[in-house]
Amino acid sequence: MTKNMKDSKFARRDFVAEHLKTLPKSGIRRFFDLVNTMDDVISLGVGEPDFVTPWTIRESGIFSLEKGHTSYTSNLGTPALRQEICKYVQKNYHVSYDPVDECLVTIGVSEALDIAMRAILNPGDEVLYTEPCFVSYPAEVKMAHGVPVPIETKFEDDFALDPEALRAKITPKSKVLLLNFPCNPTGAVMPEKSLREVARIAQENDLLVITDEIYSELLYEGEHVSIAALPGMRERTLFLHGFSKAFAMTGWRIGYACGPREILDAMMKIHQYSIMCASTMAQEAALEALRNGEKAVKRMRDSYLERRDLMVNGLNRIGLECHLPKGAFYAFPSIHSTGLSSTEFAEELLKAKRVAVVPGVAFGACGEGFVRCCYATAATDLIEALDRMGSFIATLKG
Amino acid sequence: MKTKILNLLAENARMSLSDIAQRVGVTPEEAKKEIIALEKTGVIRGYKVILNESDLGVSRVRALIEVKVTPQREGGFDQVAQRIARYPEVTDLYLISGGFDLLLMVEGDSLQDVAAFVSAKLSTIEGVISTSTGFMLKKYKESGRIMQNDEEYERLKVCP
Repeated sequence: MTKNMKDSKFARRDFVAEHLKTLPKSGIRRFFDLVNTMDDVISLGVGEPDFVTPWTIRESGIFSLEKGHTSYTSNLGTPALRQEICKYVQKNYHVSYDPVDECLVTIGVSEALDIAMRAILNPGDEVLYTEPCFVSYPAEVKMAHGVPVPIETKFEDDFALDPEALRAKITPKSKVLLLNFPCNPTGAVMPEKSLREVARIAQENDLLVITDEIYSELLYEGEHVSIAALPGMRERTLFLHGFSKAFAMTGWRIGYACGPREILDAMMKIHQYSIMCASTMAQEAALEALRNGEKAVKRMRDSYLERRDLMVNGLNRIGLECHLPKGAFYAFPSIHSTGLSSTEFAEELLKAKRVAVVPGVAFGACGEGFVRCCYATAATDLIEALDRMGSFIATLKG
Repeated sequence: MKTKILNLLAENARMSLSDIAQRVGVTPEEAKKEIIALEKTGVIRGYKVILNESDLGVSRVRALIEVKVTPQREGGFDQVAQRIARYPEVTDLYLISGGFDLLLMVEGDSLQDVAAFVSAKLSTIEGVISTSTGFMLKKYKESGRIMQNDEEYERLKVCP
């Protein structure tokens, strides 16, 4: 009995919904609390750019306030922003959406994913998704009363989704396939051939694909292919994207969903009742990002690329085997050689050397044996972190 | 390798050889050799510090001077410019397009110091038609660095 219960003579029920009681808190949270008790920590534990939002974008947000644009916008988002988003998606992803009713501005991809799940799933519907993955995916599915079905991706496949592994997990209840390439936490991308095969499987099995392409601008080799652009896929794909990573706008909380009319319409109902609209200031800043942010994105991507090589070469040098990730800003090295679990590794490294990495197991069971190292951190800090990790590994070997 | 090294040095000229080497992906010896070559050929002219003098309490006087000159036969602007450049008071000198020809940055101990340089030296140089001097009142940004100290903003150390 908690304290406030004692004040009343009446019995008090347990008010928390059953499906939330069994939902674990993000594994990252506990680690976050631990890191926060320490000083002089070099953190490779973040999941966001280390850049401040480019000035031209910030300035547009400020100007929006100066002009007094402080009221609601259309539920869908401002017409100007939706139009610009559809232009951007057409140009970069080669899929056409109608800004009138096939595009919805959301509070980051997180909201888009949440309302998508709620709009699509009936209780018991299965959502296939790859692991290791962003920590929210299985939780979002469960909160919408769906059943998350992880598909393991493997180190030897560069953590890309093996179409055969997908096929093996399909049941009559499978309804949605959730993809995230380039991937957080592995940096993996899908080879085009596999992606085409996955698209075929989705069509054969009448699946809806939700594709979270938040890292798609941060690609260091080849050209990004969206599954939405593949033949026959537009009508069964929900395309989610946002401004957080490429434009360094995580704190603005702004993203969008594009997809078939009837799905957007259902999402729109939830969005209009629970959110109203994304922040007006953020929408106007996002518009500037699309109109004039391209150079800044390139500058930041070049900088991540330099640091990726620094990070991955360094990890391999100190004995943590790591493939060269093709996208995002994460390295996902194997720590098998240390004999430690990913949680032990992360905790001991933090305590002994004050370097924070995220245990791979936080991103799904098959992330065990790996840690996520974000290289969106100052290069000097990366060099220092690699030194510290090197000496940590040396002490493990005795 | 050359461009990468120059980019790093342009950002921080005091970066250690081992950091440069790691970031460029070469050995420290190779990086050192390249830097020495860049110094010898004169691509790298020197390394200087960016100061916020207002925090220092010393008050040097700086002025931006726009100069109109008559280009010399056979020498163009170069002859006059090179002559002006020899004065130690002149810290920066550019030929520019627009309503005047040369833009100078001049530094002195006092207002009088700079004024004396302009009237006694600069404007008497053959070919100099007119000068317009603007004394610098406050420095907001230099070489890409903003002088105002922003409040420290702490990011989350771990996030998804």
